[in-house]
Amino acid sequence: MNATVDFKEVDEILARYRYSAGSIIAILQDIQAKYRYIPREVFPVLSEKLHISTAKIYSVATFYENFSLHPKGKYVIRVCDGTACHVRKSIPMLERMRKELGLSETKVTTDDLLFTVETVSCLGACGLAPVLTVNDKVYPSMTPDKASELLAKLREEDCDAVN
Amino acid sequence: MLLTRQDLQNARSHYKSALDFQQKKILVCAGTGCVAGGSLEIYAELVRLIEQNGIACAVSLEKEPHDHSVGVKKSGCHGFCEMGPLVRIEPMGWLYIKVKLEDCAEIISQSIVGDQVVDRLTYRKDGQQYPTQEEIPFYKKQTRLVLEHCGHIDATSLQEYLAIGGYKAFEKALFEMTPDEIVKVIDESNLRGRGGGGYPAGRKWSQVKRQKSEVKFVVCNGDEGDPGAFMDRSVMEGDPHRMLEGMMIAGVACGAAYGYIYVRAEYPLAIQRLETAIAQNRSFGLLGDNILGSGRAFDVKISKGAGAFVCGEGSALTTSIEGKRGMPRVKPPRTVEQGLYGKPTVLNNVETFANVPLIINRGSAWYKSIGPEKSPGTKAFALTGNIENTGLIEVPMGTTLREVIFDIGGGIRGGAEFKAVQIGGPSGGCLTREHLDLPLDFDSLKKAGAMIGSGGLVVMDEHTCMVEVARFFMNFTQNESCGKCVPCREGTKRMLQILERIVAGQGEMADLDMLLELADTISSTALCGLGKTAPLPVVSTIKYFRDEYEAHVREKRCPAKNCQKLKTILIDPALCRGCSKCSRACPVGAISGKIKEPFLIDQAKCIKCGACIDTCPFKAIRED
Repeated sequence: MNATVDFKEVDEILARYRYSAGSIIAILQDIQAKYRYIPREVFPVLSEKLHISTAKIYSVATFYENFSLHPKGKYVIRVCDGTACHVRKSIPMLERMRKELGLSETKVTTDDLLFTVETVSCLGACGLAPVLTVNDKVYPSMTPDKASELLAKLREEDCDAVN
Repeated sequence: MLLTRQDLQNARSHYKSALDFQQKKILVCAGTGCVAGGSLEIYAELVRLIEQNGIACAVSLEKEPHDHSVGVKKSGCHGFCEMGPLVRIEPMGWLYIKVKLEDCAEIISQSIVGDQVVDRLTYRKDGQQYPTQEEIPFYKKQTRLVLEHCGHIDATSLQEYLAIGGYKAFEKALFEMTPDEIVKVIDESNLRGRGGGGYPAGRKWSQVKRQKSEVKFVVCNGDEGDPGAFMDRSVMEGDPHRMLEGMMIAGVACGAAYGYIYVRAEYPLAIQRLETAIAQNRSFGLLGDNILGSGRAFDVKISKGAGAFVCGEGSALTTSIEGKRGMPRVKPPRTVEQGLYGKPTVLNNVETFANVPLIINRGSAWYKSIGPEKSPGTKAFALTGNIENTGLIEVPMGTTLREVIFDIGGGIRGGAEFKAVQIGGPSGGCLTREHLDLPLDFDSLKKAGAMIGSGGLVVMDEHTCMVEVARFFMNFTQNESCGKCVPCREGTKRMLQILERIVAGQGEMADLDMLLELADTISSTALCGLGKTAPLPVVSTIKYFRDEYEAHVREKRCPAKNCQKLKTILIDPALCRGCSKCSRACPVGAISGKIKEPFLIDQAKCIKCGACIDTCPFKAIRED
């Protein structure tokens, strides 16, 4: 399921950066903020309006880890695997979540597009290790059990939002 | 809008008197750590309670000051993250730890309406109580200069920064000093870049100043990507104006009119605070054209990173700001000659810039009196890992590791044995017990085969496997290698493969020599700092923990009992009831036995997946 791209919105983003090719990273960031990923449909549009080749845009979009060309879940869970979190056992909690959601290192998003689970090298919240973030909200001192509870809570939240 | 120097001075004294009117102040820590613990809700509750009690509450210095009003502020990181959320009461200096919403009413009635300390919220250690922040051993041994305002002023208010003398150094640089004099002071102070390399900042500035280009840039590296480091994040979040002031002084000194701050996207709060600070400066006329009537212009823009560790490298960072793939290039030309958009660029990190106002205000002689002569000043460290007091600390350069870990850090968590400390992140090395009395400064660490790096100190106890730590870092650098040069792209991959083999119990003794040979080649031939330093964690762990590597290779044993593949999974015959659940769960058919009799694991077949452990209803299966 791919989101339909509203090219008017894309154009608004481009206008905000005065159609400057040098702002491509910021532009891609804003597009990703809107759709939770970068839909491939925007590449030809960006190329035309910014006067740079699709290949150039593609090279930037694939270089940086924060960009995703695949749709992400409603809840993006980023498990910190920085040194501090790693030595305070972040991996067991990552594995628990992957197991519960049927995800792996290569399959990061659930089919219902509810959850994405990925690792991040350091969130800089080492004092609270191990941590994870859900859409930028930090959850400190996590354990596998707390992670399971969190998943259940997020599922509930989603149900409430739908009903 | 401040149009002249006099305007700035008037504003400063106006806000100072407004601040003096606040007889009591409540500072709620609003760093990432405490926010995660709910400090913003606590802040809102305290404001609500104060207003409910009919006390004049001052949340900003904008309003007309009242006598006897109470200031409530969101401050930057206090550093004692382990004990968050933290609330500080001034002028008494009381520090309340692990504050919850329910505690707010008591804080207001006891400490704000009354003058009593809330005993149960203060820090205790070994039966002793420490009501004030300054008495707590964690703080007592520190020298907080760069972090002096973090936790003591409102991090979102230019007015408060001005009230405590902010932008005095900038004012001095602008009106009382020539660019040459500024560069000279920084040069004499011996301030060395806090980002890792330790290159003298004054030398860098004078090289940029010499360039004849009309357009020059000041760039601040806030791409603090080292796992286990968060010093710069705390400065950006807690005292953004201090860092901006440093950049503005660099602009005056080098003749640059534009500045960029490159911040990693993983730090949303830091970005927000910097954006606020820049907007405030623009509206006050401290950024823009003809600043304070001096005829000088300077403006700053934030450039958000997108998740690439290599962008912490100078030339990669500037290419990333330009909107390209952040890959390092061959040097020379160096960044000081051709940096951002091919123009001369001063590139320093957050902590370095935050040191600048101090040096301009108090002089280079004062600065040099702190710490050793060759690397003076203080250094902020992020203390993490298996340590009692995690958090952000600042000590004079040359402080020993023992003081940092045991006196400030409170020793190892849960009373375990100290094993090693990893310093400098993926580019650094490990230091062991024999280095506990080593002074922490640029040169001593380099001699010991480590580096100060940006200042992440990850403490490891006896349960940490050093081979696995080396594998962890190699995995990190291999992932982050940009792929431009062969030694780094291919070399780190081979090193990682070998390390993965060793932790899986399939290593050979020849692998150790191969690791060292690869390390040597990569270090001498890689294009940038990331590649050159990537093998350091491996080299230093082999140097100090060779016995652990050998145990993995020769005996197929992990001395720290940490490596999954080297564990033995056993069924305790006394606890096993012979239900056969485990044998059905085993994916490789390694478990067999007769019903109602103890089962047995065939170690030759076992793949150590641990599936049986979770299924056993009698907890009879354990790892050894």
